[in-house]
Amino acid sequence: MSANRPVIPSTLSIKDMPWQIRWSKEKCTLCGSCTAVCPVHALELGVFRKRVVETSMDIKQTSSNVFKIYHGIRQKTDPQHACVGCGMCTLVCPNDAIIPARSDEADKLIYHQNQGGQPRRRGGRRNVVGSILDQIKFIRISMLTDPALDAGRHEFELRTLLGRILSPEDNLKHLKANGWIPPVREIYPLVIGGMSFGALSPTMWEGLQMGVAYLNEEMKMPVRMCTGEGGCPPRLLRSRFLQYVILQIASGYFGWDEIIHAIPDMKVDPCAVEIKYGQGAKPGDGGLLMWYKVNKLIAAIRGVPTGVSLPSPPTHQTQYSIEEAVAKMTQSMYMAWGFRVPVYPKISASSTSLAVLNNLTRNDYAAGLAIDGEDGGTGAAYNVSMNTMGHPIASNLRDCYLNLVKLGKQNEIPLFAGGGVGKTGNLAANAAALIMLGASGVQTGKYIMQAAAGCLGSESDRCNICNVGLCPKGITSQDPRLYRRLNAEDVAQRVVDVFLSFDTELKKIVAPLGRSTSLPIGMSDALGISDYHASERLSIQYVV
Amino acid sequence: MCRLFALTSETPQSPMVALEALDVMREGHDGSGVGLFLRDLAGPFEDIKESPILSGIFTTEGLKRLDTFMMNLGFMTKFKLSIKAPKESIHGVPTRDVYLIRAYEYPSEWEGLSFEELGGKLMRIRLQLREMGQEKEDMIVFSFWPDVIMLKEIGDPLTIGHYLGLDRKDLKARVIMAQGRQNTNYAINLYACHPFFVEGFSTMTNGENTAFVPIKEYLVSRGFPGYTGFQSDSEVFTHILHYTIKKLGLGVDAYKHIITPLQGENLDDHPSTEFLKQLKQTCRRMIIDGPNCVIGCLPDHSVFMAQDRKKLRPGVVGGHPGFYAFSSEICGLDAVIPDRDKSKDFQPMYLDTVIVGPDRQEITICQQTDPLYHQH
Repeated sequence: MSANRPVIPSTLSIKDMPWQIRWSKEKCTLCGSCTAVCPVHALELGVFRKRVVETSMDIKQTSSNVFKIYHGIRQKTDPQHACVGCGMCTLVCPNDAIIPARSDEADKLIYHQNQGGQPRRRGGRRNVVGSILDQIKFIRISMLTDPALDAGRHEFELRTLLGRILSPEDNLKHLKANGWIPPVREIYPLVIGGMSFGALSPTMWEGLQMGVAYLNEEMKMPVRMCTGEGGCPPRLLRSRFLQYVILQIASGYFGWDEIIHAIPDMKVDPCAVEIKYGQGAKPGDGGLLMWYKVNKLIAAIRGVPTGVSLPSPPTHQTQYSIEEAVAKMTQSMYMAWGFRVPVYPKISASSTSLAVLNNLTRNDYAAGLAIDGEDGGTGAAYNVSMNTMGHPIASNLRDCYLNLVKLGKQNEIPLFAGGGVGKTGNLAANAAALIMLGASGVQTGKYIMQAAAGCLGSESDRCNICNVGLCPKGITSQDPRLYRRLNAEDVAQRVVDVFLSFDTELKKIVAPLGRSTSLPIGMSDALGISDYHASERLSIQYVV
Repeated sequence: MCRLFALTSETPQSPMVALEALDVMREGHDGSGVGLFLRDLAGPFEDIKESPILSGIFTTEGLKRLDTFMMNLGFMTKFKLSIKAPKESIHGVPTRDVYLIRAYEYPSEWEGLSFEELGGKLMRIRLQLREMGQEKEDMIVFSFWPDVIMLKEIGDPLTIGHYLGLDRKDLKARVIMAQGRQNTNYAINLYACHPFFVEGFSTMTNGENTAFVPIKEYLVSRGFPGYTGFQSDSEVFTHILHYTIKKLGLGVDAYKHIITPLQGENLDDHPSTEFLKQLKQTCRRMIIDGPNCVIGCLPDHSVFMAQDRKKLRPGVVGGHPGFYAFSSEICGLDAVIPDRDKSKDFQPMYLDTVIVGPDRQEITICQQTDPLYHQH
């Protein structure tokens, strides 16, 4: 470094950076692909001056210095352009000459990502490795007295219910009297959780919808997808595919003008309406679509001007309390569709979940409760919210389920668990564990993004730039140059792959437990864990 | 796997008939226990059909406590059948003081109560006695109900039958259910022995109920005191039967729609499709996953057999008008009714409930795809 180069507090060296670019001069063809593809412009053309000492074996000849120039890659070290480790440079390099590597040094960048007094915001996940769900084993394997079932040959009915289910006595009474029976949907237990049109790119959203439609219509699997808070494209609202969609309404009410106005034109009812009160990744904080992503299309669907950030309030502003909000919003939403569509709230897992649940048990309309744990993902949030706020899903879900058991309402209010399902790739095992802890079904988002679209995020703070619309895979970008990288048909194909393989794996778990004719909701005797305190907390067996 | 045998006969039969059938099938049970359920009693019980009969095992101390307890409630002994265990014990059978079968006169203040009310009170007394017995380990109570006798013991069924002299003339019944136990998950406990009983309903099962824990949680949370015990995963079958008929007011043909509901096209094409879909949803927590063969008896003296959804357990029904038997194996049936028309034997499959009604004239086969009999 030259003596006169200014050193400011945020001047960092490559050593200080969490991601460091390894570049090989020998392999590099200087094609420029890596610098062009880098989403954060962390790379620039480097012109390097190099001294070469040339000595001769001939004693009469004098040695000399030769100064040469060579070209290559230089990594920027200012916080705005810090490498995010996405590895797109590696992907495009024809000669495998470049790769980002994790530093062996403690991250120094973290202290400088608040330039201008703006704390770090990002997309992604909590960036904490490991999950209690992965530690749960399925221990009740049928052996001599009850033969294990055949996952490949026996019939299975892996379906769940979404909707307020009456007690058998009340149901019969209402049937006899021709009274109102709340709508109940029979759906696949793995739901694609709320990811909004806006957070996701048009190609990603279209791909998911196509995949879901294919699963329903060709594979006869009643898979459902939640819209997230961002409205729903007008043509979808007026198509028969709306029946595969759970419409989400959240505190920003984005897109609901369009939805309400489309009701008279709807050919079919939506699967359900999810009222979002909280999100596992950032509990107590509202949705956040940053201005980078609010282009003309998104603005039109959401009913907002272009190019402005869209932070949803942390709570539904029109209501005084959550009890009131749940009661009034649920009933209004029921009314909007003539009491034919189930309406349920989604909350962040929290130590207050039980209070919410107890309210719902006394609300005859609540069609279920979705609980999102701290390992949930998001398109944009404050780093501090994502890293430190929230509650793990396992114990929260278990508490809620056992509370319902105590009240005798375990069949009446289905619980849907989300947040970290398939975090380390074990989608079916995590889902089965949650179901046996008491969930009627699970919601997943990140796994679908990774498996169906190749999202680069991982638990090591890799990429995580969904918030600024620079997604190098085109999954969470609204820039056509980026989202054209993603082909909607390919995404659809992968969605189908994911669900079919999930289905086989789920059967491979439940069949040995001797279960096939109904989803083993609350079959906690099948679960074991080698962590004593976790076993006590979850009321499952301690096995070592 | 346990072996099951049930009979329903116009002519009263000795329980030894059923125990001999179990003995023919002994390869299938380990002689770790036997359970007997007798109903529609003959002999001295013929004339006291209304009187509740208490069946159980008592120590001498327990008997004293029982007497005081029942006296305080106002019950008077009307008739008793004493089974005194021989002094010489035999290998594998615990030594007991008294096997009690005692018919009572209702307390005078119970007069005028409806049968429903009486039934509820009898059940609560049985549960109270059971609790008292468990506390001091001096009483084991199986049933307290009019026209019903139950007996359970650890050991080989036929040996126990001879040991206790069950071939006596005054112990005969027209409906008998017997189970030879193959001990599985749980330590041998007489409360884990089939058949199970609640308010006039009784069932016995073989095979393991893999959905036991969620079903148990659901039944317990119904708030009905009779749904208790659960020493065996099979006890829930009796409770679900009781729930179907008493709490939901449905017929025995609906029982299988609750424990193993129809799926897919079968459900869509059923004449009562809407009703059955609702029933499947609301009773989802009582779906069993088998493998189980259930034999049960209703308060009207009907006897039935139903299989799990995949029909993973054997079971056969056969006989002739006036005498039918339900058996795990055909050899059991052969031993008891050798002269029947074997071509009319029926092995229920995954959709069938087989019922022999109180008139004992024919085998009714009720397929789940058939219209439902009972009004709903």
